Amino acid sequence: MLLNLYGIRAIYEFEMARTRRTLMQSIVAPVISTALYFIVFGSAIGSRISQMEGITYGAFIVPGLIMLSLLTQSISNASFGIYFPKFTGTIYEILSAPLSPLEITLSYVGAAASKSIILGLIILATSAFFVPLRIDHPAWMLLYLLLTSVTFSMMGFIIGIWADGFEKLQAIPLLIVTPLTFLGGSFYSISVLPPFWQKVALLNPVVYLISGFRWSFYSIEDVSLWLSLGMTVSFLMVSVLAVIWIFKTGYRLKK
Amino acid sequence: MNPILTISHLNKTFESGFQALKDINLSIERGEIFALLGQNGAGKTTLISIICGIVNATSGTVSVAGKDIAHHYRDARSLIGLVPQELYTDSFESVWNTVSFSRGLFGKPPNPALIEKILKELSLWDKRDNKIITLSGGMKRRLMIAKALSHEPQLLFLDEPTAGVDVSLRKDMWQLVKALQTAGTTIILTTHYIEEAEEMADRIGIIRNGELILVDEKLALMKKLGKKELTLQLAGPLDAIPAELNIPELSLSANRLELKYTFESSGEGMGAADVLHKLSTHGIVFKDLQTRQSTLEDIFVDLVNAGGKETSAALAPTATTGEDHHAA
Repeated sequence: MLLNLYGIRAIYEFEMARTRRTLMQSIVAPVISTALYFIVFGSAIGSRISQMEGITYGAFIVPGLIMLSLLTQSISNASFGIYFPKFTGTIYEILSAPLSPLEITLSYVGAAASKSIILGLIILATSAFFVPLRIDHPAWMLLYLLLTSVTFSMMGFIIGIWADGFEKLQAIPLLIVTPLTFLGGSFYSISVLPPFWQKVALLNPVVYLISGFRWSFYSIEDVSLWLSLGMTVSFLMVSVLAVIWIFKTGYRLKK
Repeated sequence: MNPILTISHLNKTFESGFQALKDINLSIERGEIFALLGQNGAGKTTLISIICGIVNATSGTVSVAGKDIAHHYRDARSLIGLVPQELYTDSFESVWNTVSFSRGLFGKPPNPALIEKILKELSLWDKRDNKIITLSGGMKRRLMIAKALSHEPQLLFLDEPTAGVDVSLRKDMWQLVKALQTAGTTIILTTHYIEEAEEMADRIGIIRNGELILVDEKLALMKKLGKKELTLQLAGPLDAIPAELNIPELSLSANRLELKYTFESSGEGMGAADVLHKLSTHGIVFKDLQTRQSTLEDIFVDLVNAGGKETSAALAPTATTGEDHHAA
């Protein structure tokens, strides 16, 4: 058996079925909260804000809002997906199955990324009801959607393995990822910041993700497209290396 | 035929420094039922967990059907089924889905007919669409077995399979295990119910403080380490044991109405018939007799408590006869 495809499918379908069972939490809740952002920032307050980089404010925040959901949901889906079997003890079956680390990662990360991409597309469709939308580079948009979902699902997978309690599971998304996303240009272009803070903002990895993603919509960028893409791929590689190390050492999975 | 499982010089030391397994060597033949006995914390579950890939070994090798579990883990694990001690389940999954999921995990294509057969054999067919959370403890235990059997393993580990299961279900499980053996599955079980090992196992291994202190055929073990005791209720008080029979194994009770004779199950030394014959020649009459034979549990407790030395076991009743008898 070169690749345990049935095993990958079993985990993938199990995870997707979990999403269907928790539709309210997985899909409906993020869509409603994003719709609220559009109503508040796009229509209510946004109508009083002048254009940002030549784009109406409501339309400007669409990529950032999708990214915000993508990042938090990718981490949440993947971390919960692997943490829950650890919590309930059913991880024994995954560890004792003839599955390679690559296959286990593909299954969990694949399912989490799929859910995030679906969610991202739903939010995109929802936003079309509130603001005039245009996508200049749809292929790039889909590439960023895919890369970001996979990268942050991978990070979520690592967090799920690392966490030994529900508090830790929530800590990184709430204390690190959400602030970085808000400060990474979800609601503004970093060019509006004072020069010093622009330089500080470049230390925030989320800036590169949002910049590249926004470029795919409106052809405007905070950092160059290739730098943005390079940074995104770099995050993915770091996550891949961390996962390889986890399975090699059995960290938090095997005693 | 090659053994289905070979363990060589296996050691496990946890990060805390606790050595859970010490130089374990064991070979399991195909088709046998092997019972691994040991007190809580002796290392039974650690040993099983290493073989199944859940815990990493510190040193030593394990191979399943000749496939090393570290280098050929796919081949090795696909042959193994595990029923863990704890009832680890996904509460909101249905019975059918969770068993099908287990089969898929082990790289097997869907086989609804097989899943149906397994669920029927385990009396879970009527519950196939029920969520696991609605099942009783006994049903969950059977579900764990169904999951382990879903990929048709050649080697099945049952870690305390009947813990918390009522007597009638326990007997059903024993029948199931025997049926699996007949179908060619090799079974390794750990249990606290030594009666279970006595009932089912072909061979017994006893593990104590991480060391496998004894492995033997069950019958040979009971014969070698077991003891029997013959108790005679005398028809009248006996003043003293005749000089010819004055041996340490034969004792007279304080009220002088009961004689006890302890002898080896292996048949070494003077047997019960010899004693009865000699009592008869001295005109000693008894009105009733009882025989008691040590159980596997007695042997186990004795071995564990005696630091592994092969000592005599305590005794438990196995048979009684009534009415007056003369020693033949």
